[in-house]
Amino acid sequence: MIGIDVVIGRISGLKRQDLERWISNAWVQPDRSASGYVFREIDVARARLILEMRDEMEINEDALPVVLSLLDQLYDLRRQMRDLNSAFLQVVPRDVRLDLAAHLAPHSH
Amino acid sequence: MADPYTTLGVPRDASQDAIRDAYRKLAKQHHPDLNPGNAKAEETFKAVSAANAILSDPEKRGKFDRGEIDASGQEQAPRESYRNHAEGGSGRRYSRTGPQSEGWSDADFGDIFNSVFGEGRQTDNDRPSHGRDEHYALSTTFLDAVNGATRRLTLPDGRTLEVKIPPGTADGQVLRLRGLGGPGRNGGPAGDALIEVHVAEHRHFHRDGQDIRLALPVTLSEAVIGGNVEVPTPRGPVSMRVPPHADSGTELRLRGRGVPAHDGLAAGDLYAKLNVVLGAPDEALEEFLRSWKPKTPIDPRQDMREQP
Repeated sequence: MIGIDVVIGRISGLKRQDLERWISNAWVQPDRSASGYVFREIDVARARLILEMRDEMEINEDALPVVLSLLDQLYDLRRQMRDLNSAFLQVVPRDVRLDLAAHLAPHSH
Repeated sequence: MADPYTTLGVPRDASQDAIRDAYRKLAKQHHPDLNPGNAKAEETFKAVSAANAILSDPEKRGKFDRGEIDASGQEQAPRESYRNHAEGGSGRRYSRTGPQSEGWSDADFGDIFNSVFGEGRQTDNDRPSHGRDEHYALSTTFLDAVNGATRRLTLPDGRTLEVKIPPGTADGQVLRLRGLGGPGRNGGPAGDALIEVHVAEHRHFHRDGQDIRLALPVTLSEAVIGGNVEVPTPRGPVSMRVPPHADSGTELRLRGRGVPAHDGLAAGDLYAKLNVVLGAPDEALEEFLRSWKPKTPIDPRQDMREQP
């Protein structure tokens, strides 16, 4: 079980008050249990990414919600594309797939 | 490995500030979590990070300049990436459409196909569109879920649906009845009815994946001497031989008597855990036990004492 202290220990440079503010902003969404927050690996990776964006890329916290929103939409679409892709592989016959690929290929002109 | 000054695009006499600015600019552009699926960005970012690890540290930078370390000596530990989590199923946690949405709804299909495949030029009003998926819940007994059953579900609007519960249905499983949801518009196909099945607990059977577990009461003589006993299974009672010298807690397996085969899963087994029942007081038994001297006396609580 990953608690808040483990997360702070794993991400160097992360301050507790920063992480707590990000949680209250719903930028990071750990589960809650009787003994406090419970993080999953994706939450830890997201906290690390937020810290990098703020400190290394100098995206200040006022601008971060815009970036996170676009990022979440990007990953929603990528998951959809992945699902679509695997559905195509399962249900679309090979000749139709090749046809589709030919249509989607960059045009030569 | 490329020269770190070249990688960051700074002259050899660049100030630490100039190096930091150059790194930040490149990191923003190539960060792999901001460029998922772009292998080139990931490679560039790795090179940029490695270069920065040398040049951002004046001591390491000095060593590099004096030729004491080379550019490859600074491999970074593998980064734990956000994108690996976000692209998988766990990424739904941060989905803009809510973490509970799994799989595709008809609306998603409409969005993708109408826009990507060029049908989006029609106006919303006269465009054929899918009906909505409608969600219902259905409670069922444990045995109907395990063996399969057909149930009639009356909808709020008075329609009735024949719901086929397939064998092996688990609690919380969602059955999709195609075309039985909301009506389509402008000739579009109807949506689906999605029925979440709630399976009630059984008094004796407990499901454990494909297997079923059961506590089976036996008499003292059935346990000690053995014998044939009748065991309930989801498809009716079967006869099972209890071997001699069984005990409370002995688990006997009835192969293939668990959840029947379904969806490519083999039929499970039924595990009957024996539970010795002494029954009403019996004078003869008491008499015997008073004078009984076991050949090999045991201490059944030995384990408990050994634990601190």
